[in-house]
Amino acid sequence: MRIYFQLFYSFFKIGAFTIGGGYAMIPLIEREVVDRKKWIDKDEFAEMLAMAQAAPGPIAINTAVFVGYKLYRWKGSIFSTLGAILPSFVIILLIAMFFSNIIRTNEVIERIFKGIRPVVVALIAIPAFNMLVKAGLKFKPLAITIVAVLLICLLKVSPVWVIIAAGLVGLFGGIYEDKHSKK
Amino acid sequence: MIYIQLFTSFFKIGLFGFGGGYAMLSLIRDEVVDKHQWVNSAEFTDIVAISQMTPGPIAINSATYIGYTATGGVLGSVVATVAVSLPPIIIMLLVCKFFFKFRNNNKYIDYVFSGLKPAVTGLIAAAAILLVNSDTFIDYKSITLFIAAFIAGYKFKADPILLIVLAGVAGFILY
Repeated sequence: MRIYFQLFYSFFKIGAFTIGGGYAMIPLIEREVVDRKKWIDKDEFAEMLAMAQAAPGPIAINTAVFVGYKLYRWKGSIFSTLGAILPSFVIILLIAMFFSNIIRTNEVIERIFKGIRPVVVALIAIPAFNMLVKAGLKFKPLAITIVAVLLICLLKVSPVWVIIAAGLVGLFGGIYEDKHSKK
Repeated sequence: MIYIQLFTSFFKIGLFGFGGGYAMLSLIRDEVVDKHQWVNSAEFTDIVAISQMTPGPIAINSATYIGYTATGGVLGSVVATVAVSLPPIIIMLLVCKFFFKFRNNNKYIDYVFSGLKPAVTGLIAAAAILLVNSDTFIDYKSITLFIAAFIAGYKFKADPILLIVLAGVAGFILY
């Protein structure tokens, strides 16, 4: 039972101290599971990250499942994932319970949020812009990005369909190019 | 039945949430603002702001928050949070099981991701674009704050939490 508790505790710490989520969590996860606990080595960590990013869902959950599974199979996964989720669950629940109704009615908080809202838009725009610049001006990926934006923003197509369609375009585009380069 | 709707909505978000945090925002918005109207666009922006300042992934944060506000109870939070976590847990367990088989890169999987990657960029961009409205941009001060934050974050890699705190202070002073 102690080993399960250790897994839970390590991921509880990761879940509790990584504000902002996502990529901000990666260095903390590495320090805890590679450097301190030595549950997995550096190469495995890199492979795990690739998988965690490729699979759907938050990176924190995906890495928790992986490390838990590696140590104690699915039972380990349950403890590590619970640990990763619990801190944010409790904190947000408290905010929702006591804070959600005063956000709109409290004059001071409303002023603060008036300043925050446009900055949130900037925070989302930055990674999109970064990825766009990184991908460069290649026709196919640029076209997929633009079509995805237009479908979601103008035609209100569900992002689920956009994801499925983009995966299929990638798959059949790759197969098509394979056939043509062989001839 | 609201609990079943919450479960299926957040299960879908977890299942198709490729590309992590910001990319999932488009999915979350589509379900909770456009389809079910559990929160409006302004509240959605506030949830994003709150999840930036609190620990944990945005998907979990928004599930917990919306689960509570949509039902008015803790059970709603539990249902939505479990629903959004289940698909990634199941998928990662399967991936782990076949880890060593998957290790040798399969080219068809690479092809699928060559299409998914640029789409994820589009999903994030769409999430940002859809938040540009009269709730987030009320006057020239909002536009100035947006530009300042974008430059600070993009050029100088300023910490998102710091930017939100500064924006809150600016809002308090300016409005």
